[in-house]
Amino acid sequence: MISVKNLFKSFNGTQAVSDLSFDIIPGDVVGFLGPNGAGKSTTMKMLTGFLLPTSGDIHITNLSLEQSALEIKKKIGYLPEGAPAYGDMTPLQFLNFIAQIRGYKGAEKTSRIEQVVNQVELHEVLDKPIDNLSKGFKRRVGLAQALIHDPEILILDEPTDGLDPNQKHQVHKLIKNLSKDKIVIISTHILEEVTAVCNRVMIIAKGKLLFDDTPQALNRKSKYYGAVTLYCSYRADVSELGELEGVAEMEEDLSTGRVTLFPKPGAEILHLVTAHAQRCKLPIDSLYVEQGRLDQVFRQITQDISQEENP
Amino acid sequence: MRNLSILFRREFSSFFATPVAYVFIGIFLVLSGVFTFFVGGFYERGQADLLPFFNFHPWLYLFLVPAIAMRSWSEERKSGSIELLMTLPISTWQAMLAKHLAAWAVLGLSLLLTFPLWLTVNYLGNPDNGIIVAAYFGSWLMAGAFLSIGLCMSAMTKNQVIAFILSVVVCFVFVVSGSNIVLDAFKSWAPSMVIDVVASFSFLTHFEAMAKGVIALNDLMYFLLVTICWLFAGLVIIEQKKAD
Repeated sequence: MISVKNLFKSFNGTQAVSDLSFDIIPGDVVGFLGPNGAGKSTTMKMLTGFLLPTSGDIHITNLSLEQSALEIKKKIGYLPEGAPAYGDMTPLQFLNFIAQIRGYKGAEKTSRIEQVVNQVELHEVLDKPIDNLSKGFKRRVGLAQALIHDPEILILDEPTDGLDPNQKHQVHKLIKNLSKDKIVIISTHILEEVTAVCNRVMIIAKGKLLFDDTPQALNRKSKYYGAVTLYCSYRADVSELGELEGVAEMEEDLSTGRVTLFPKPGAEILHLVTAHAQRCKLPIDSLYVEQGRLDQVFRQITQDISQEENP
Repeated sequence: MRNLSILFRREFSSFFATPVAYVFIGIFLVLSGVFTFFVGGFYERGQADLLPFFNFHPWLYLFLVPAIAMRSWSEERKSGSIELLMTLPISTWQAMLAKHLAAWAVLGLSLLLTFPLWLTVNYLGNPDNGIIVAAYFGSWLMAGAFLSIGLCMSAMTKNQVIAFILSVVVCFVFVVSGSNIVLDAFKSWAPSMVIDVVASFSFLTHFEAMAKGVIALNDLMYFLLVTICWLFAGLVIIEQKKAD
């Protein structure tokens, strides 16, 4: 498990991370969200021991990172931002090097390399210099490198950046298929990724932890959570919908014919809306209950803090 | 030890994965030939020894060693692979030492490939081969000292050109501190002790005896200490600046 207490990091006077505390237990797949420059990468760099915190404590599997850095580094697989690698090597040479440093020899080494090559599907580029590979393959080489020793803790900084939708899907599948007693931390700008693979979300902005709960809880914070959206095929009088019991607010977009009804807290309005629509014979094309809009919650959470600081 | 050898092999083979090592060795061989035969007057001297060859080594290393050292840390920092390297279960000194040893091995290989010169003097006369071996060893040792300066400068900046220029300047100071260019500036006013100290920092002074095949303990210790000090300085710098 990872236990972080009162973590601070400043670079030449700018506070990159301030007073971060959290615990991550095995089985957690944590999504780190936050605007650019929020301190996500800095936090990850400190967890991997690359950066030393200005102050604060990091304990990983009950070892202090300060005292047993080497021991801890053995347990972590890390994909740095941008998936750097040695460009003059081929993926095979590179993985071979990493496997050796991770302590594998002989047949075990070969089988580990074979397994990660299968996991991220690198076969076709094994003998081309990494410099000549496409962005997607470079990223996959980085992933392979992080997975090669089957680490207890996997820290991935933007693992799907630059991948096409198929490759993204593949990476999501890969993370989901990792055994359930591992700790996975990924940072991303893609909000859907969090709902797709994570069971815990942390939102960081300006170095502070603003939200730490499940993706579902994040959805529930959305104004749109439980709202009912419907589209009419032609202009109709929908104003009565806004007056239904349990509806707090109505939003109407005349150009597209979209109507969104926001419920009062705790109220469920779907059956009221459908009943009303039937009664008034509204020309409804489609109708659905919103699951919450992550981008809106994300903006809400991360902009609140910037407004607090620059009123 | 195991980590060191794995890192060493990676660094060493990376010199040969790119044209760096081939270009370096090629130029080293051509230039050492030019210096020995044309500038050093190998034939005209009429002596079967390699003194004209070894005498030019400090000047040859002055430009060639910074060229081979400049990429070692700069490139790691520029490409971000330093983040990968430093989060592997290795210590920084292992990485530093591996880089030094790998480049030093390339320099050693370049020196070995000058063996036709050795064959030539043996064909032309009867040189003292013990002296030649000792001089080769001394030259390699001095190359290691140059290299450690280059590595330290490379740790200082992400920019390889700046690393190169800085290391040439620092190496130049070390090379000439024993020559009259520098000593004349001190002679008029400084006590002889200061002059001796300045002169004793010179690569030239310490290499002079080695080029003649005399390996004195103080020269040996000097080059080893210079190497260790600069590597240590580089280690401190890279720990400080790795994340910049």
